[in-house]
Amino acid sequence: MAHGPSENFFTRWFFSTNHKDIGTLYLWFSFAMFLLGGAFAMIIRAELFQPGMQLIKPEFFNQMTTMHGLVMVFGAIMPAFVGLANWLIPMMIGAPDMALPRMNNLSFWILPFAFTILVATLFMEGGGPNFGWTFYAPLSTTYAPDTVNYFIFGVHLMGASSIMGSINIIATVMNMRAPGMTYMKMPLFVWTWLITAFLLVAVMPVLAGAVTMMLMDINFGTSFFDAAGGGDPVLFQHVFWFFGHPEVYIIILPAFGVVSQIIPTFSRKPLFGYSSMVYATAAIAFLSFIVWAHHMFTVGMPIAGELYFMYATMLIAVPTGVKVFNWITTMYKGALTFETPMLFCIAFVILFTFGGFTGMMLSIAAADTQYHDTYFVVAHFHYVMVAGAVFSGTAAIYYWLPKWCGRMYDETMGKVQFWLAFIAFNITFMPQHFLGLAGMPRRYSDYGLQFADWNMVSSIGAFMYGGAQLLFLFNVIRTIGWGKPVEDPKVWEGADGLEWTLPTPPPFHTFSTPPVVK
Amino acid sequence: MKKQILRHYNAFLAFIFSCLTSMGVAAESGLWNLNMPRGVTEVSKSAYDVHMLMMYVCIAIGVVVFGFMFYVMYAHRKSRGVKAANFHENFTVEVIWTIVPAIILLGMAFPATTSLLKVYDTENPDIDIKVTGYQWKWQYEYIGEGIKFMSELRTSQDEQYGRAAKGEHYLREVTQPLVIPTNKKVRFLITGNDVIHSWWVPDFAVKRDAIPGLFTSAWAKTDQPGVYVGACTELCGKDHSRMPVVVEVKEEADYYEWLAGKKAEAVLYESTIGKNWSDSELMAKGEEIYGISCAGCHQAQGEGIAGIFPSLVGSSIVTGPVEDHIGILINGVAGSAMQSFADQLSEVDIAAVIHYKRNSWGNNMNDTVQPLDVLNYKQSR
Repeated sequence: MAHGPSENFFTRWFFSTNHKDIGTLYLWFSFAMFLLGGAFAMIIRAELFQPGMQLIKPEFFNQMTTMHGLVMVFGAIMPAFVGLANWLIPMMIGAPDMALPRMNNLSFWILPFAFTILVATLFMEGGGPNFGWTFYAPLSTTYAPDTVNYFIFGVHLMGASSIMGSINIIATVMNMRAPGMTYMKMPLFVWTWLITAFLLVAVMPVLAGAVTMMLMDINFGTSFFDAAGGGDPVLFQHVFWFFGHPEVYIIILPAFGVVSQIIPTFSRKPLFGYSSMVYATAAIAFLSFIVWAHHMFTVGMPIAGELYFMYATMLIAVPTGVKVFNWITTMYKGALTFETPMLFCIAFVILFTFGGFTGMMLSIAAADTQYHDTYFVVAHFHYVMVAGAVFSGTAAIYYWLPKWCGRMYDETMGKVQFWLAFIAFNITFMPQHFLGLAGMPRRYSDYGLQFADWNMVSSIGAFMYGGAQLLFLFNVIRTIGWGKPVEDPKVWEGADGLEWTLPTPPPFHTFSTPPVVK
Repeated sequence: MKKQILRHYNAFLAFIFSCLTSMGVAAESGLWNLNMPRGVTEVSKSAYDVHMLMMYVCIAIGVVVFGFMFYVMYAHRKSRGVKAANFHENFTVEVIWTIVPAIILLGMAFPATTSLLKVYDTENPDIDIKVTGYQWKWQYEYIGEGIKFMSELRTSQDEQYGRAAKGEHYLREVTQPLVIPTNKKVRFLITGNDVIHSWWVPDFAVKRDAIPGLFTSAWAKTDQPGVYVGACTELCGKDHSRMPVVVEVKEEADYYEWLAGKKAEAVLYESTIGKNWSDSELMAKGEEIYGISCAGCHQAQGEGIAGIFPSLVGSSIVTGPVEDHIGILINGVAGSAMQSFADQLSEVDIAAVIHYKRNSWGNNMNDTVQPLDVLNYKQSR
């Protein structure tokens, strides 16, 4: 009764309800968006290579910073992890597919349309969104270009896609686990995604509310965010960050999951504290809801509010520390090898922790008075977003791709890519800490001469980092088309979990009969 | 062909060389800044101290954690022939690594709280100054002194677009800096006129958002005269990076002298409103004002930017009745980036810039606009 994918290209990819094919679609879409968002970043860094306006106009620069953020967060990183979830969750819990396969198709196919609408605004009169990815009112309402309505529609579509995707994941994990796969036996990747899905369902409607209020203010004369009509621009920031802070954990929690799968494999030793990892993930998710205003330390909150948000933010260091300690003690007394996925995960642990350190510094409100909205913040969140989410995503592809397509990637090329990316990343973002401390604000299209040197270094690093991604693309395509065949179901000596019990590559439909987990 | 390659090669070498020399020059002049300035106020010093403390704590934790990690990566490699152990979970260890960080955090909460209390200590100031953020300039008003002026970027478009050499104070120079005295507690009451801006002076550790419809406050008191440069730190549109904050701290006596001068200037100004200005006087003044207040949007030759900022060349307002033209500058256009200049520019400035627009770039109205016309318009409303 098992049958393969449709022979017809259109039917196979556009009508697909298969979790593996939809996972593949998500991953390719996300990589395309990653290159597009990267291209925007290259334009930004090229303009900032020297002081003065050389290549583009300031208004286009603002569109580039905005689109870079939106495309990377909503187009590249989030769909990448949804793609991984689609491929892996059914295989990890012993399910034949996702619980809601048709909705799965819809939640993916919304995305290309949402991003076509968003990116098309760049070519419209007045240009694309130019108010930053945080789109603070009233810059994004009264003072926005007319194309802001397309932006709002695009955000609504992305939100609908994310909510459907997360409902699907929750339904799958709750209902389709194989016999014996209790919650506390689920792989950590599944656990982190289950918690992430709940975060998404909770905060995506908040984002939808924020953009709907914008829509009303712009087109229907309401004054939610306009003080002249009795509204409050600061209200926008509270609503946005009530979504926005959980959002950054939505991005990083699945990354934690990936790292918690890969480090044990290449340490040949089980994860040190499985249950404390689960509890730490839940604790981080909970804290993410009660710290949002630490993004707003300079809006002039009363001191009681400011103190509360400072203390609550400092607390996040505790569960995050638990995670880092667990990864390191997993490696302790293991038998370590350093294949490309492991290299990316080790870099993740080091650089993410570094980003955590700057995060702790940022939580100290008095010092944040100096850091806020400078390049120090830009450096901080690129350490957790790029070295966190993107590095772990890259690790995941190198780790599971041989399983998925039954072909091995080129290890030397993978290592070259790793070192290029690792070095280039630090050349790009380490100097941005110095720029921020020396006083350079973020989202600046031009800067004084005192910032010229570090900006030049940072731009050189960014171009190198961009190049490393093309090498990654080449390695992936080479693997799928011409890689050395792998037949061992386990692929990696230390791999553990249900997905590794399947043949390599796994057939189109797997676990039609559920396995029994002891 | 060969020659062409050689020329490219030479151009490339020249480029590399210019990069290297500019880096070298920067290093010599001490531009490779690494750290936050300690600043000149109590608040900035305590912000700096808590920043350094946090950094040392992070470095200490980093050395221990990463040190252990690198040891593991060295000692427990498979290539050294080790066999993997199979242990996991240890209650004692897990409790310790939860409690120890919590204790460190508790320790850090004390300096974090005391330094924040200093930031908020805005009561009982000696001088109050209202700071208003405009797209893309600042307005300073000395409350109770009757003095109010705009502070705008002085760096020319030519410098910004590479048509002229960049000066030493590129993007760090303004038409008029804010002036405050030493040894007085100055409170800044900060608000915004259009979008949200943020007023930042690193050497004072003052950074407060300038939000339309709300006031935020901050304070500074220093004994060190000098010029302190800051910036706008909240994205506020296309010239976000072109509205620097410059504060000049003067000795008390000098400050009061400056204040008296400012007041005399205002009296002198009153007497020039009624005067009949000649065409050339108006054109000269108008060109200056246009460059500072208008060219950012309407561009150097009045051509505007399609779809965002209207062109002034042959526009219906510029070639229409003077009355309407004055009205646009006084009232602004609701819901657009065109703001009201009634509070920002003097009657003389408004008359001159209108006259300049009506008689430049092919606009040829041949009428004269006098400051008195502007004053009459204002008073008739």
